[in-house]
Formats: sequence, structure tokens, C-alpha cells
Amino acid sequence: MIDKISPSIEAALADVRDGATILVGGFGGAGVPEELVDALIAQGAKDLTIVNNNAGNGEIGIAALFKAGRIRKLICSYPRQVDSHHFQEAYRAGKIELEIVPQGTLSERMRAASAGIGAFYTPTGYGTDLAKGKETRVIDGKGQVLEHPLHGDVALVKAERGDRWGNLVYHKSARNYGPTMASAAKVTIAQVYEVVDLGQLDPECIVTPGIFVTRVVKVPRKGGAYRAPAGGSVTRGISGRAVA
Amino acid sequence: MSYARLTRDDIARRIAQDIPEGSYVNLGIGMPTLVGNHLPKDREIFLHSENGILGMGPAPAKGEEDADLINAGKEPVTLLTGGAYFHHNDSFAMMRGGHLDIAVLGAFQVSVSGDLANWSTGGDAIPAVGGAMDLAVGAKNVWVMMEHLTKEGASKIVTRCTYPLTGIGVVKRVYTDLAVIDITPRGLVASRVVQGLSFDELQRLTGVPLLPQGARAVA
Repeated sequence: MIDKISPSIEAALADVRDGATILVGGFGGAGVPEELVDALIAQGAKDLTIVNNNAGNGEIGIAALFKAGRIRKLICSYPRQVDSHHFQEAYRAGKIELEIVPQGTLSERMRAASAGIGAFYTPTGYGTDLAKGKETRVIDGKGQVLEHPLHGDVALVKAERGDRWGNLVYHKSARNYGPTMASAAKVTIAQVYEVVDLGQLDPECIVTPGIFVTRVVKVPRKGGAYRAPAGGSVTRGISGRAVA
Repeated sequence: MSYARLTRDDIARRIAQDIPEGSYVNLGIGMPTLVGNHLPKDREIFLHSENGILGMGPAPAKGEEDADLINAGKEPVTLLTGGAYFHHNDSFAMMRGGHLDIAVLGAFQVSVSGDLANWSTGGDAIPAVGGAMDLAVGAKNVWVMMEHLTKEGASKIVTRCTYPLTGIGVVKRVYTDLAVIDITPRGLVASRVVQGLSFDELQRLTGVPLLPQGARAVA
């Protein structure tokens, strides 16, 4: 019998190695697998490359991973938030390598990794500083930048519900990067609030099919109330802050 | 001569009035978010949020916030009846793939040829791009909402952007606190200039050549 449900969060993370590239789901606070990240800190892996949209918020999750000094490199699209101070301190101190990737390119690079695509051209970023040093081509009259797949050794994702075959469904906008990251890593570990019997998830509505999921670990549900980022909302008030 | 600059809400109201029913629209964080407050109640307009929402509704009542339902600015929002959630790749397919009718973005500078600079002021600021470059190249219409002048009085509509670029030749229209500027093949066309401000004075403040609406280009 196939049972991907891990007996414990520690067991789920036991084989994460130093130097691993870890895809961590979430956009702002929504969809961040906080319990898995906390357990990763306890597990002790270091010298990590973390892929996430942001750079951690406040004192929890990825911010705590920065504080613990476990991150060597961050690949992300938007690290500039007022409560990403642990990242900012480490970055200013020269302890972190930072790779900024346009958000859609970040997501598409992981999709390419999941789909076995060798590389792809995208118009995003053409002619900007973020395309410097990259191959470009004009296709159908549009400048395009060559981008390469982004593979994870491990993906940590937060889903709402899963079953023992690893099928997952998500909750509202907490879905964000989850399905893409789940399919782009060698080992995908999903934290869920509910484990249900096979057949309880509507096959028409399964978002991540179990083939992309290695382990599922159940975590207790916390109060779902919205937590405003410490120190107010995201950095705002500048008209140029186009999107986060 | 005295004139009153538009408030941010005034600009947002102008933009909202210009969005046709049935449009799929992304409002960038910061000033453009205000547009959502002024959408005409009698039009169905689909707001897209890059983190996987279509049919995004207004902020929830206090106490009704859901940490799993936020907008691109990480603020709590709601979903309209009929709205949908989807993952990041679908969301950016909508953005990059030309499925959004309008993106309203903030900017530091816009050039006469529609270049957009809105993601970085350069220097030693921590770089952060988010989805700005995807929207810039992908939306059918990129509208910029910004103040016409910097605090020092320099025009933010420029011959060439001095800040790092977000996209090249992507902006179609700029809504400022002084006027609406369309970027057209024959040049920049100014319309809806605020009351009390003459075209000549707007031209002087802007620096780069403007055409009054309805004027013919000079050969």
C-alpha cells in the first residue's frame, strides 16, 4: 500500500542536505509552509539556496531561516518589504547572494524544470538590467530573453488537504506557487491541515496530482486570522511600487 | 495663473471612468490600487491579482480578513461571486500572454517613446521587481498613474529614462495630476488638462514636446 503520509514533520525533512536548493511556496504570508520551515531550522541543514517570491516577513518562516544563518543564496522577485529585516541585515552584511528574477519568469523557470523544457524565450525583462548578460533574440518582432529552468532539490509547499497518494488541494490565494514548485523538485513535501481518505478529493478538482508529491505531513490548524506585517503593510507610498 | 492639481483620488476616478465594462484589469500596488475604489458600480470589471485571483473584490469588513486571501500588496481582500483562484503560472500566463486588457502601474519615469521605469531607483537600494516587468510587456494597454512632476519640479515624462527600465515602448497612456498624455506614433498628445492650466504652461512644465488633442503633427 502506498502511503505518503509522514509519521512526523521531522521524518518528512530528515534527508534535506546542506547546500540544497529549496523551493518554498508562498506569496507574502499566504501559502508559506511555516511549520515545514520551522522544522527545517530544527533539522539544521545549512548553506541553502532558497527560492521564494519574497524574503521572509517578521520573525517567522523564511525570516527565521535567515536569522539562523542557514541561507547562502536567495532567488526571489520581491525582497523589499518593510518587515524583511532579517534578510536585509544579512544582505547588507554581504552574507547573502541575491538573484532577482521577474516574478513570471521565476514561476515559468520552475514550470520549465517540471516540464522537461531545456530553456525558453520570454519578452519579460528584455532591454532591462535583469536581462544583462543573457542571450536575446527578436521573435515575431518582439525582443525576448533566454531563460533556463530552475530545479529544486526539495520543494516545501502548503496545501489545505491531501490524501495518502499525495493529491493536494489548496485554499484561496494561498495556492500561488504551490503547484508549480511541487512539480519542479526532486522531493516535494506538502504540509496540509487535513488528511482525507482516497476518493474524498473530487478528481475533477485535484490541483496537484500525487505524482508530484513525495511526502504529506499533517500540521495543526492555526487561527486563520489575517496578520498585518509587523511595522505596517508593505513598503508603500512611492508611486513607482508597481506590483509586489 | 493658478491651477489646482488633481488629488490621487481624482486621478483614480478618471482612470476608473475610462475602463470599459468587461475589461480584465490589473491594478499595480501603491497609487493604482485607489482605482478600485472608484470603479463605476454599474459596470462589471474583472480585477486580476498576480497571486492568483480573478474577480477580486474590495477589502473585507474588520474581523472578516482571511490570511489566505490577499492582494499583490499583501493586504486582505475578498472574492466576488463568480471569481476564481489559480496558481502562479496561470496568473502570469494571463499577464505575459496578452490576456489582460489594462494594467495600471505607478512609475518613476515614462519616456516619450513609452519606456517605463518603475521598479528601481538604482544605487544601493535593494532591488525588487515583482511582476512589474511581466505586466509591462504583457498587458494589452499599460496605463501609468503618477504625479506629473517630482518633488523638485522636474517632469517625470522624459526624453530618456534615467532610472532602470521596466519595459521598452510599453506605455500607451499616462494619467497625471495635471493632464492625460497619450503616447502615439505622432507624439505625445495631451488632453484633459486641469482647469486653470494652459497648454503652453503644461508644455513648459513637461519639457518634452506635447501636442494638444486634435492637433496635427508638424511635418
